[in-house]
Amino acid sequence: MPTIYIDNKPYEVKSGKNLLETCLSLGFDLPYFCWHPALGSVGACRQCAVKVYKDEDDKKGRLIMSCMEPVNDKQRISVADPEASEFRANVIEWLMTNHPHDCAVCDEGGSCHLQDMTVMTGHAYRRFRYDKRTYRNQDLGPFLNHEMNRCIQCYRCVRYYRDYAGGHDLEAFASKNNVYFGRAEDGPLESEFSGNLAEICPTGVFTDKTLKQHYTRKWDLTMAPSVCQHCSLGCNTIAGERYGELRLISNRYNGEVNGYFLCDRGRFGYEFTNSEDRIRQPFIGRKPVDRTAILHEVAQAVKDGKVIGVGSPRASLQSNFALKKLVGEDHFYHGVSDNEHDLAELVIKVLKEGPARTPSLHEVEKADAVFILGEDLINTAPMLGLAVRQSVKQQPMKQVTNAHIPAWHDAAARELMQDSKGPLFIATVNTTKLDDIATQTYRAAPDEVARLGFAVANLLDPTVPPVKNLPKEIQQLAGEIAKALSEAERPVIISGASCESQSVIKAAANIAWALQKKTAQAGIVLTLPECNSLGLAMMGGHRLNSAFDCVLNGHCDTVIIMENDLYRHGKASVVNEFLMKCKKVIVFDHIVHATIEKAHMVMPAGTFAESDGTLVNNEGRAQRFFQVFEATDAVQESWRWILQLAALTGNQKITAWKNFEDLTEAIAKEEKLLAGVERVTPSAAYRVAGQKIPREPHRYSGRTAMLANISVSEPKPPVDPDSPLSYTMEGFRGLPPSSVIPFFWSPGWNSVQSVNKYQDEVGASLRGGDPGLRLIEPHLNGRAPYFTQIPEIFTPMKDHLWTVPLHHIFGSEELSVRGDAIAKRAPGHYVMINVDDAVQLKLAEGQNFEFEIEGQPYRLPVTISTSIPRGVAGLPYGLPGLPFVDLPAWAIFKK
Amino acid sequence: MEKPLTHHIRDDKRPLDLKEYEKVGGYEALRKVMKGMSPKAVQDLVKESNLRGRGGAGFATGLKWSFVPMDVPGPKYLIANADEMEPGTFKDRILLESTPHQLIEGMILSAYAIQADHSFVFLRWAYKTAAQAITQALREAYEAGYLGKNILGSGYNLEMHLHTGVGRYMCGEETALLNSLEGKRATPRAKPPFPQISGLFGKPTIVNNVETLCNIPHIVNKGSDWFRTLSRTTDTGTKIYGVSGKVKKPGAWELPLGVTMRELIEEYAGGMQDGVKFRGALPGGASTDFLVEEHLDVKMDYTHVAQAGSRLGTGTLIILDDKTCPVGFVQNMEHFFAQESCGFCTPCREGLPWVDKILASLDLGEGREEDLKLLDFHTKYLGPGNTFCALAPGAMEPLQSALKYFRKDFEQHVHDHRCPWKENGHR
Repeated sequence: MPTIYIDNKPYEVKSGKNLLETCLSLGFDLPYFCWHPALGSVGACRQCAVKVYKDEDDKKGRLIMSCMEPVNDKQRISVADPEASEFRANVIEWLMTNHPHDCAVCDEGGSCHLQDMTVMTGHAYRRFRYDKRTYRNQDLGPFLNHEMNRCIQCYRCVRYYRDYAGGHDLEAFASKNNVYFGRAEDGPLESEFSGNLAEICPTGVFTDKTLKQHYTRKWDLTMAPSVCQHCSLGCNTIAGERYGELRLISNRYNGEVNGYFLCDRGRFGYEFTNSEDRIRQPFIGRKPVDRTAILHEVAQAVKDGKVIGVGSPRASLQSNFALKKLVGEDHFYHGVSDNEHDLAELVIKVLKEGPARTPSLHEVEKADAVFILGEDLINTAPMLGLAVRQSVKQQPMKQVTNAHIPAWHDAAARELMQDSKGPLFIATVNTTKLDDIATQTYRAAPDEVARLGFAVANLLDPTVPPVKNLPKEIQQLAGEIAKALSEAERPVIISGASCESQSVIKAAANIAWALQKKTAQAGIVLTLPECNSLGLAMMGGHRLNSAFDCVLNGHCDTVIIMENDLYRHGKASVVNEFLMKCKKVIVFDHIVHATIEKAHMVMPAGTFAESDGTLVNNEGRAQRFFQVFEATDAVQESWRWILQLAALTGNQKITAWKNFEDLTEAIAKEEKLLAGVERVTPSAAYRVAGQKIPREPHRYSGRTAMLANISVSEPKPPVDPDSPLSYTMEGFRGLPPSSVIPFFWSPGWNSVQSVNKYQDEVGASLRGGDPGLRLIEPHLNGRAPYFTQIPEIFTPMKDHLWTVPLHHIFGSEELSVRGDAIAKRAPGHYVMINVDDAVQLKLAEGQNFEFEIEGQPYRLPVTISTSIPRGVAGLPYGLPGLPFVDLPAWAIFKK
Repeated sequence: MEKPLTHHIRDDKRPLDLKEYEKVGGYEALRKVMKGMSPKAVQDLVKESNLRGRGGAGFATGLKWSFVPMDVPGPKYLIANADEMEPGTFKDRILLESTPHQLIEGMILSAYAIQADHSFVFLRWAYKTAAQAITQALREAYEAGYLGKNILGSGYNLEMHLHTGVGRYMCGEETALLNSLEGKRATPRAKPPFPQISGLFGKPTIVNNVETLCNIPHIVNKGSDWFRTLSRTTDTGTKIYGVSGKVKKPGAWELPLGVTMRELIEEYAGGMQDGVKFRGALPGGASTDFLVEEHLDVKMDYTHVAQAGSRLGTGTLIILDDKTCPVGFVQNMEHFFAQESCGFCTPCREGLPWVDKILASLDLGEGREEDLKLLDFHTKYLGPGNTFCALAPGAMEPLQSALKYFRKDFEQHVHDHRCPWKENGHR
């Protein structure tokens, strides 16, 4: 380890880093703009200047930019040197010549890196007395606000948007002190990761437009650590509230999972929590009632009826478990389609019984060869797609290292790499937004995707059965893929539930296992439909169809449906009949949907913002989300409703559980696969120096005045029995354990960049380890339990189209699309068919096409594609108003 | 007095076509090299000649070439920097317009020395005549087998292309030129890695100035010892010097390195115009420090001009006379530099427009006492290393020396609240 001298004090530091990250990791407050731990250095802003000295005798030294200078043993630098300090203040002064000083009306104010750095350098009085340059702003769509006058031209936005996230429509335009960052013309930013600009931008050029609807300063938010609810990856978020309304989702750094970023669905999908469609009070029939009334009514129904419970892949472990215990193990049903049910069980089998480990998102970024089967990642698991985008840089990075260019020297590394990319193969039904970086793509029906996968596995390990009748070109492609994968050190196979094919997942598993024989680090990532799909599957329960059967056969007559719209998981005709047959339909949920409309009793459940709970992501990582605020009305967590119900129904077991922790411990004890889940976060009794961890920053303003219109005496803050977090601004101000960080803040670091101070070293794990607990580890020394059933060649059927779901980041997920911003970006209804099929069917683009799937009629405008295979149709998944059918299935069309 | 670069230029300045160029010895150097000189031998010869880059920085050409890794696979590039946009500089233009084959031959030889397989002439957008001349010459050279596959039967292949820029001063900086040539924004790159290691499209690349490259055929033909005898000083070869400003005969002349400023102005430029006096000169384009009367006998080579506190730069003098306001003179320069900043790094992007605005306000009589301090501040902090590339430090050179030599004039603007030159109708 090299020793460097900073202001004459020796420090042992890591080699291979630059001086800026080294100084920051050592705790120095060194200002910077253009550098970012995820983006590396380019030396544009000149803000991080320090003095470097030739040797001990050199008293004069010279200024260097610390971000551009590698650490060298015995190097002598000074951060405190007056000339260096003055230069850093000068850089701010230059930036301020054009910055509008509109902090008071700027959304960034109070969490602004530019403010922090300005204060840090000490620049205060302006000497520039001329006009400032101004720009015209653009309408960038529903997610982001654009205010170019604030720009300090650090180039981070375009570097993130283009180089990191692969976007094309944000550019740096013009030159001199008139450089403009925007689109060629007004319009929504096309990248699915555009929201990160709000955090990447060190000032208020790009700000969260949804926050603007109900603006609150960061210091006035009540915040809690949360977990994204909008796909199976479980990205960590910080959720902030004021006046009983969720106002902002921002990134919560987790070095293993989402790092510094979120996708736009995750960031802006929260708006459903404030929807007018929220259920705020209990109903019996259409009549609003109070908590006591509903509890008694439901308890009576539970006591009287033969009750079954339907759980939910979007509800927490605690809620699902509580329901399961309330209705009894045998009467608990997973509220997902049978196909999804089986897929989730298959995923568990693959991850648990096979020898290949499932890597975290961070590990996927480091993969040096990737093969994706069946998943359109940007639409099904967006952040995994972003991780794959980083992975293709791994192999070219070797060239960079060989040329002695440090990996953090971003512009130089990119220059040397040019367009070279590591191996990435994508086999999917339709085009994906990762095709631009793919080595090869293959478009085919799911069964054909699986056959390619089986062929690859066979080439890697001949004990996997071969695929019969494989066309030559596919055999050749399989050969290329197998070669690239076997040459890699950290190959990753990605598949998942979105094309609803068991064969595809099995093929993926075979490949990963075959690879794992050769390369210990070979991994498999499988995505699932919803945020707790895996957790629910790990809990055990019956198929939804058997619930339907159970009622239709008269074995039971009362159903409790929890946080689930059955119309999204079962065919309307079947669900209609089921609900009609039920004597009592009791629904817990937080937002109105078709199932609620049919309910006899409705209990208002909390959204993630009003709830505590644990989710298990697709990696098998259990993660806790914390209640951000206590609902003031009848809203409460489903599990809390159930604990209260149990007291009335006399369910002795449940009655013994008093709070979240009791429940979680019971899960850990009773659910074999979920053992350990109680260790995800410190217990509710946890204290630091006797203090709780405050959800509110210490500057939280107006506390005493907020409710003065109701009562002049300030109400007592709610007590949180379920976590070590408090609802106040008082409490421990230092670094809390990593899983209970409610917000990032450090003296002098008000912006999100303060996360630097929470990490072991800048850009690495959070101190004390990244949050979450992996519950599934592979069966490492076991034999690979290869799947042997290889599907037949897919043959199109006359007058039929094999219909597969097509996913949309904006629109396919149930909750996020209930918010305005996401809804604005959702596509309209359509059915996609191949151009040749369209010709044959005499269908033009946009023309209505009538067909039936499993008796469910559809009439949808046609989208013609050259990518989707012949004989296959794509139906958008989950769009509001589009009737559900369990896909894939044959569409029969009317002639 | 030998003038290897320009002696063959026709009086009417029309470009020498291939035949005419061959008649004056053109492509003999190429034949000589293709017949049996190794790339290393060419490199060594140029190293021995002590040829220094004529683009402004004066880096030893042979040494620059020697940094190119010769054993790496993949393409290598040679680029002629013909983006001549330094204010007051028009020396390359003469060569480009009148003797394009000389450049092409120099480029082929240089490309061969580093075993490049592709070469580009990166030409200033406004040099339309030169573009025509080069296009024609390239066609002739290809037809004659001097370019393309298996040049003169040597087995060496070289493609050459003309690329016309879009008119940015920044593209004269070699790494910004590379970015521009790649189709990217013309912003400079950090060094290291140097273009010799990771240049155009991340491959080993040499960027040489036009005048530099034009010297190569002559060094090959006549040897390094001959080349060393051409100059009057230890800096070898000839130089195309230029003079602009209020002299009687502004122009450009190829002369031995080391002529004095006085000779240039009085003998070649015909002395100052009647009624105006010499006050100072920028010796090598806009981004060099002023030299004044006391420096008139300084030898105009890299070493001596540096000793006098400036740089030889492009070797083209811009004269400041006593009827021209030095503040306005400098503001003209600073306005140019502010306009031409690429906008990449903060001090240059924000500092130069500030300097420009201060100078403009002095000129309007709106200057304040503290303005001179602010100008000093910028000359101090827009120095080399503080900014990303040399543009802003270069821009500070005329300003800092003007503040040194003509400070009284600046102060007078502040105290009189007007520009003293304006009434006379001069500016």
